[in-house]
Amino acid sequence: MAPRIGVVLFPGTNCEHDVVQAVESVGAQGVLLWHGDNRLGAVDAVVLPGGFAHGDYLRPGALARFSPVMEAVRDFARAGGPVVGICNGFQVLTEAGLLPGALQKNRHLRFLCEPARLVVTSTASVLTSAATVGQELVIPINHFEGNYTCDADTLRRLEAEDRVVLRYAENPNGSVADIAGIANEAGNVVGLMPHPERASSPLLGSTDGLVLLRSLVDAAATRAAA
Amino acid sequence: MRFLARVEVQLRPGIADPEGATIERALPALGFDSVAHVRAGRSFRFEVDAPNEAQARSTATELADRLLANPVIEQSQLELEVI
Repeated sequence: MAPRIGVVLFPGTNCEHDVVQAVESVGAQGVLLWHGDNRLGAVDAVVLPGGFAHGDYLRPGALARFSPVMEAVRDFARAGGPVVGICNGFQVLTEAGLLPGALQKNRHLRFLCEPARLVVTSTASVLTSAATVGQELVIPINHFEGNYTCDADTLRRLEAEDRVVLRYAENPNGSVADIAGIANEAGNVVGLMPHPERASSPLLGSTDGLVLLRSLVDAAATRAAA
Repeated sequence: MRFLARVEVQLRPGIADPEGATIERALPALGFDSVAHVRAGRSFRFEVDAPNEAQARSTATELADRLLANPVIEQSQLELEVI
């Protein structure tokens, strides 16, 4: 049976159907989850997709963190379930304390919507396990608050523990250490600003996101079989 | 008792403030040559019902720390007055 990937819909989320379609193109079943439910149901992985959850009021992710579904996402993550936050989803994961640091306004205050050249820097995560270290991927970014910020201790820990999973080849937004994506200690929670679902078909101009989505589907399948 | 709380949220010192920097860069063109060190922030006001000031302060501080500011990059300052 295809692993089931839950895709959380907050009011203002706008990439949920893209993510469902993209994960289904690599063999999973996508299941939309409503932010107001406090249960995830039978899913083997969770994606917090991009958009503007709760209108991005206050700060991106600041209000989404209090949506009822987040308690269930936190429990799922704690139990080792694969959780991936894409763009706004990454912002939600940092606000919720599931990943360290914060995403600040881009350097130069520019909204960025362009392909970004990325380098895979760790394969010890549910999103990069099928990739290879040093592999280059071109995947679109689409954000105003993607400037990853953390204190020096956190950065040292992220690097020492091999938790920076993706870096920008050319830093577009001012992120510390060119960080585009990070994982938690166990590697089962990952946040990234680029949108792999927008690089998942030749029609979209790139299929470089597929290796990331396949990694996630593999992790979900492993969990489904367990 | 009812209190008016004003919370000012600012980026922590040392955290880059692209908004403040952009405002500052625009100042010479407007003739404000004597202005420097611009930092952007936000302010919030809300009312709190509490039996005394200490309790109002504790409620407002908790609200500021848990929601209004992201302690990773921001700090907040609270002012209270009886209304």
